[in-house]
Amino acid sequence: MSTPLLEAKDLTIAYGDQVAINHLTLPIPEKKITAIIGPSGCGKSTLLRSMNRMNDFIEGVKLEGAINYQGENIYAPHVDPVEVRLRIGMVFQKANPFPKSIFNNVAWGPNISGLSGDIGLRVETALKQAALWDEVQDRLEEQALNLSGGQQQRLCIARTLAMEPEVVLMDEPCSALDPVSTSRIEDLLYEMKKKYTIVIVTHNMQQAARVSDYTAFIEDGELVEYGETEQVFTNPLKKRTEDYVTGRFG
Amino acid sequence: MISAIANPRLRRRKLVSAAFRVLCAATAFVVVGILFALIFDLMLDGLPWLDIQFLSSFPSRFPELAGIKSALFGSLWLIGLTALFAVPIGVLAAIYMEEYAPQNRLTRLIELNIANLAGVPSIVYGLLGLALFVRFFALERSILAGALTMSLLVLPVIIIAAWEAIRAVPTSLREAAYGLGATRWQVVQSHVLPMAMPGILTGIILSLSRAIGETAPLIVMGALTYVAFVPEGPMDEFTTLPIQIFNWTANPQEAFQDLAAAGILVLLGILLVTNSIALAIRYWSTK
Repeated sequence: MSTPLLEAKDLTIAYGDQVAINHLTLPIPEKKITAIIGPSGCGKSTLLRSMNRMNDFIEGVKLEGAINYQGENIYAPHVDPVEVRLRIGMVFQKANPFPKSIFNNVAWGPNISGLSGDIGLRVETALKQAALWDEVQDRLEEQALNLSGGQQQRLCIARTLAMEPEVVLMDEPCSALDPVSTSRIEDLLYEMKKKYTIVIVTHNMQQAARVSDYTAFIEDGELVEYGETEQVFTNPLKKRTEDYVTGRFG
Repeated sequence: MISAIANPRLRRRKLVSAAFRVLCAATAFVVVGILFALIFDLMLDGLPWLDIQFLSSFPSRFPELAGIKSALFGSLWLIGLTALFAVPIGVLAAIYMEEYAPQNRLTRLIELNIANLAGVPSIVYGLLGLALFVRFFALERSILAGALTMSLLVLPVIIIAAWEAIRAVPTSLREAAYGLGATRWQVVQSHVLPMAMPGILTGIILSLSRAIGETAPLIVMGALTYVAFVPEGPMDEFTTLPIQIFNWTANPQEAFQDLAAAGILVLLGILLVTNSIALAIRYWSTK
């Protein structure tokens, strides 16, 4: 395997004395979907948030080791976290649209970063990529909070894609959605990976098995198993992984 | 058949519920009733005196010639300058404490202390103003010294209210913005401030309403009680509505008591106007 686009290297993250991630190394291959699974509180969200420095805002977080993006540690002192987040976008667990119009939700990011080009076209492209355009093209000026939960989450995806990041981090993006909306977003992921590298944290094992190319199983902040999704789910190397993916615990 | 009467326990619960409702309604009516009784009484005494002559005359020994022109202008000057000093400083301090400063024991200690400052008796601020602005900075008994004293008085209230309002902006919204590569200032300007604006404005309304009614600190720092001119700049001496009202109520002649009532009506009018303006801004800012 070639050098991964993004990689956690001997990463340790602690909240005060509480170690959340313990000497973890994990590659994220380019233009693939990597799923991170594991029981609640295993540190998978912490790991994901460390990949675009969203943990910077939590008081008392200590980090050792490295997250390498294109071979460069994003925690190196000279790296600007704003720059990191421009390349590595994030979609959150709960849809969090801005209390603005649909159009302005998508246009805000490109506008504040001064991205060039026709902003209308950029918004349209992003909404099409997020499979939301057909539903909202006639009401772009409407308040985004009036959309349904599934539409809001797709709007948040569109907002992230409008920045044209290279990596999209998704923190349980479907956990608050109904099965129909979930399946729409899963179809969307499949389309997205042609252009983007995706890391998805999920509670839902079927979802990981359905959408991802690679799966990492994490327990108590340690990487238990990592491999191609099919292998992890059908022929896990570790007993612990087998117990988890077959639903014996977790 | 489903019937509440058939179920004694449910009947008792509904009774308690109804009783609580009556209690709450009664309390609300008593409060509003007292307010209206006060205003009605004031109007009875004050309205006959409230005319253009009253608004455009200086105080006088003769009740029929007396007016509140100087006090009215003094109050407007004072409140304008106080808002000019206290609002930006208070809001910026709150933004710093919540968005920039590390959230540790020191910030919590500072917050506790600011909250305590909000509870310090206003006369203490008057003494501070006297020592600091009137004497040390030699601003004399000017409007500027009064406004600076008032700013100190209302700053804690503005900071705490703005701080709470900024803190109430959901973290998820900040994260969404940061996740798109926004800088701190962009997040504050586009999302935090607009969402916190109603709460911040409420704090400003409350604090300026308090400042406009304060008398004690201004008397301590030496604002005049008899002023027969309109202040023309921040360095002029001044009086304010509550001081003028206090002065009239201290006069044994009954006509002056009625003048005080008329003065209070003017003061209430100003409060009503300023609050309406703030409410209008609040309404438009949340549209």
